[in-house]
Amino acid sequence: MVTELPAAQPGARNGREEGVWQVLRTVMDPEIPVLSIVDLGIVRYVHQDKGATRVGITPTYSGCPATEVILGAVHEALEHHGLRDVIVETVLSPPWSSEWLSEAGRWRLELFGICAPSAQRPEASCPRCGSRDAELVSEFGSTPCKAHYRCGTCREPFDVFKCI
Amino acid sequence: MTSTLPAQARFRYVLRLADTSLVLGQRLGEWVGHAPALEEDLALANIALDLIGQARLLLAYAGEIEGRGRDEDALAFLRDAPQFCNVSLAEQPNGGFGRTIVRQFLLDAWQLELYEALAGSADARLAEIAAKALKETRYHLRFSAGWLVRLGDGTAESHARVSQALAALWRFTEELLTPDALDEQMAAAGVAPPLATLRPRWEGRVAEVLEEATLKRPEAARHPWHGKRGVHTEHLGHMLAEMQHLPRTYPGARW
Ligand SMILES: [Zn+2]
Repeated sequence: MVTELPAAQPGARNGREEGVWQVLRTVMDPEIPVLSIVDLGIVRYVHQDKGATRVGITPTYSGCPATEVILGAVHEALEHHGLRDVIVETVLSPPWSSEWLSEAGRWRLELFGICAPSAQRPEASCPRCGSRDAELVSEFGSTPCKAHYRCGTCREPFDVFKCI
Repeated sequence: MTSTLPAQARFRYVLRLADTSLVLGQRLGEWVGHAPALEEDLALANIALDLIGQARLLLAYAGEIEGRGRDEDALAFLRDAPQFCNVSLAEQPNGGFGRTIVRQFLLDAWQLELYEALAGSADARLAEIAAKALKETRYHLRFSAGWLVRLGDGTAESHARVSQALAALWRFTEELLTPDALDEQMAAAGVAPPLATLRPRWEGRVAEVLEEATLKRPEAARHPWHGKRGVHTEHLGHMLAEMQHLPRTYPGARW
């Protein structure tokens, strides 16, 4: 079982694999279009294997409807860049964690209006006014990866990227 | 270790897990557009999605074990009720919101213990599916336990409704905790936990939440329910008729 994390040591990649990573950085999450699948932390590995390109993708949530769209988009993007024989593999173990979200990804989410807490900074804060007076409305938001909060200061509702 | 088990037995065991998630997910899906508030509508739909996602992973694996070319869709849509191996509790009708919450809570608490144990299964594929499902089951249980407490310790009306639901559904819980020959065979091979080890953990967790919800645990009942062996209550057939209508009427349809 290959369990490389997305932030594989850049030095270990050959130029061609690095090129594939570059392309994958342009494939966006269809439900959060500011976030690339690399920032989301779901690309587990890229391997060149006898002319074939193998890409390992981890689903965020078992039932996330975006997963199939993403698998299709990875194929399309790589084939558009002239790669043939693209094999996209689903990797389940270890299960995806919101801790794999990149720092750049967190920053983009905040700009997009989605609060993205981490293990170091677990408390939710309002992406509009910065207030920490946030109240959980529901653990289930508009997509599987988000919870629904309300700001106690500016009273606006906002989404929080769930920590799992 | 798992390779010494007959494929037919492993197939049936994985189907039990898959069908319980699939049937429960389909039931929750019936709430879409009908839940008491938008937030609860979204929550039930999200839990349904997780459960159906887990079922897809498990059904795909079951199909590979069987080795007869049936994929997840063939297993979900082209089997009849007697070939479904879900526990009977999962197929019970939604009733009101309170009844759905009671059913969900009893099964979430059970799936939590089960997946926690299965994450250490000798079957590596099952272990990785369980580890993934476990993360999701944790917040399913927070939702259903949270609502059970709000309803149980709520108004006289909400208390009465969840008490009735608990009394009606409790008789199906013995099936979750009573092993049959297949459960024992899987436990002996290290694929699944012995159900006897799950019982005290499940009972402890359920007792804790029932107490907070000011609900009384019903009396234990001998169980004549054998959904996991394919003997179902009348409700499953009706549910499948709706769930399977489209793929059976228009085989191979795409959209
Ligand atoms: Zn605010």
